[in-house]
Amino acid sequence: MMSMDSVWIVLIGSLVATSCALVGCFLVLRRLSMLGDAISHAVLPGIVVAFMLTGSRNIGFMLVGAMAMGMLTAFLTDVLSRFGKLQSDAAMGVTFTWLFAIGVILVSKFTGMVDLDVDCVLYGEIVLAPLDVIEWGGRNFGPRAIWLTGIVCVANLLFVTLGYKQLKVCAFDAGLAASIGISVSLWHYLLMGFVSLTTVASFESVGAILVVAMLIVPPNTAYLLTDRLSYMLLIAVGVGILSALGGFLLATWLDGAIAAAMAVVSGVLYTLAALLGPRHGVLARHRAHRNIELHVEEADELGSELRS
Amino acid sequence: MKSSTTFENLPPWLEFFTFPSVNVLHVLLGCIILGVSAGLLGSFAFLRKRSLLGDALSHAALPGVCMAFMLTGTKNPVVILCGAVFSCWAGALAIEWIVKYTRCKEDSALGMVLSVFFGLGILLLTHIQKSGQAAQSGLDKFLFGQAASLVERDLYILGGLGLVLCLIVILAFKEFKIVSFDPDFAQAVGLPVRLVEFSLATLIVLAVCIGLQAVGVVLMAAMLVTPAAAARFWTNNLSRMLWLATLFGGLSGAIGAYVSYLSVKMPTGPWMVVAVTSIFIGSFLFAPQRGALARARRHRLFRQKTAKENILRTTYKFAEQAGRWDTPVSLNELLQHREMSTAQLRRTIHRLTRAGFIEETHVGLLHLTEAGKEEAERVTRLHRLWELYLMTKLEIAPDHVHDDAEEIEHILTPDLERRLLLELEGELTDPHGQKIPGSLAVVAEEKRRK
Repeated sequence: MMSMDSVWIVLIGSLVATSCALVGCFLVLRRLSMLGDAISHAVLPGIVVAFMLTGSRNIGFMLVGAMAMGMLTAFLTDVLSRFGKLQSDAAMGVTFTWLFAIGVILVSKFTGMVDLDVDCVLYGEIVLAPLDVIEWGGRNFGPRAIWLTGIVCVANLLFVTLGYKQLKVCAFDAGLAASIGISVSLWHYLLMGFVSLTTVASFESVGAILVVAMLIVPPNTAYLLTDRLSYMLLIAVGVGILSALGGFLLATWLDGAIAAAMAVVSGVLYTLAALLGPRHGVLARHRAHRNIELHVEEADELGSELRS
Repeated sequence: MKSSTTFENLPPWLEFFTFPSVNVLHVLLGCIILGVSAGLLGSFAFLRKRSLLGDALSHAALPGVCMAFMLTGTKNPVVILCGAVFSCWAGALAIEWIVKYTRCKEDSALGMVLSVFFGLGILLLTHIQKSGQAAQSGLDKFLFGQAASLVERDLYILGGLGLVLCLIVILAFKEFKIVSFDPDFAQAVGLPVRLVEFSLATLIVLAVCIGLQAVGVVLMAAMLVTPAAAARFWTNNLSRMLWLATLFGGLSGAIGAYVSYLSVKMPTGPWMVVAVTSIFIGSFLFAPQRGALARARRHRLFRQKTAKENILRTTYKFAEQAGRWDTPVSLNELLQHREMSTAQLRRTIHRLTRAGFIEETHVGLLHLTEAGKEEAERVTRLHRLWELYLMTKLEIAPDHVHDDAEEIEHILTPDLERRLLLELEGELTDPHGQKIPGSLAVVAEEKRRK
């Protein structure tokens, strides 16, 4: 029923969702959710400058430019909050909006010279992704986006598996991490590096805003469903893939942007988890609360009977 | 286009100020109104430590804009504005709900509302585009904004809204102030905190919606955060901060309009943001009290003062042991007792010599001057007083008091010194059996005054 293109689209979406969910869990735990948003906006000037300097749409240059901007955002936020005694969220807000504004100015300045579509950067065109295939020696090796997102996905998987212990300690207890000889700032910047990498690689296919959704909505959904980090990672990946699939179906039905629909579906899944989650869901909590009340009431009645 | 012919030959950068067309004036006024209202309301969001609320809310406006269009089929600015306000508001409520009823944290709530609402907006937008409604073109201007498209009717709406916002802030200033700084206190004195917070959120929503058409969603976030953050560097007073943020916002609005007039290709919104960020960077570096350079300078001065006082005290100690206050001390001896590099010691001694506290009679040998003796006695007195205080009043073991005194000797004020002396009256030997220099005189002076 689904054509080959549809399979590619869902596969790309799932790969992006997996990469994002893996690093996103640590962003959420470290209360840096908005940093994903900040980085995904701030990479714009990096991409434009890479275009202008090399004059090519080579993905390698774009990745380097964007990574540099992502790290710059994390760094400037750090500097402003440390040397200006500014709240870190304000520092982040100032930094990324500034870089984004510069990016938009560069785009409009060189709009004739650079074949770059801002809309495409922001919302992505996953529909077009299957058309851009790699051909080598006359053979078709599948869409380019599959390779890119696939490689980034493997890189993220390696990063999270190899650095699992360090990331975990840094996320839950930075003080402990420092005392057992784990460099908190090294792992912070490594994480930022991988967030930038993921953001940029996902850009072309799904756009900036969806990256933000995929970075933090599935991990938060998982956060509501479990208390263990390893399960949280697994559930987040699952929810991400489910959103990719659901988003594709929703977009086909509504005839709208697929990436945006994926964000919407992930939001719906989160709402379901928030309401119906077994332990942390609103209904479950409500029920637990009522049970305690009933219990207290019973005990009170029993007490008054005994006294009388 | 031009309404006057007398200024025809002016260069463009001057021509702007003659407002060659009504449109230029419209854009300028629109941008100023936007900057002013965003600066004003953004300050409150900043103080509530919710700087990125503006970012989340401005993204959350998009689905409302699309729905308003889908339902009515017009691009009437009032209708669109109502849609935007409604959906921003839903976003604000969603954030409240997530923070209150789930265990997700505030930053996550902001990010999720931002991305999911925006996703919904894009989904609706693409749906409208593909369903081929003829009037849809221009709806996506809300994403990046287009100040040049402001017409007179928009201006009346924006101006009216901006005026109402400012009036409400002026009238409810006290309530907003208390709730922003100390919600618990506000609750205790019987203010309707929830109502105040709710109206504050609504005002922020309105400010966001004013800006959408001119600068678009992403850059609206900047206009809310950056003026407030820049103003904070200059003052600790709320009303002054509000004035400054308003000024910065309005000024950068004007700059944005000016630049986009000079170069047709240049978008207004991003230039507004670049202008306001330049103001921010200037404030960050050069603000007199809280600026980074002023902080660094204070820090350096304090380090120099500490180094000077340490050298004086060590010299005094050697002299004390030798029995004469002007006993010469060699650099090597000082180096052995103080952890500092030779260069640092050299610089410190140079400063002390210039201040007249120390004299170098032979090469590498120095002794205290009369003034230096007094200063050294003061520092030594503070050090030993503190040690004594820790030991007698706080009952800390004598071998644990030195390090603490080492730090506090540079900070104690004359007033504290006097009170310490009075507190410890009669005990004039420190825990290590050394005399506390000059203390007798101070106590006697104090008694005489009484």
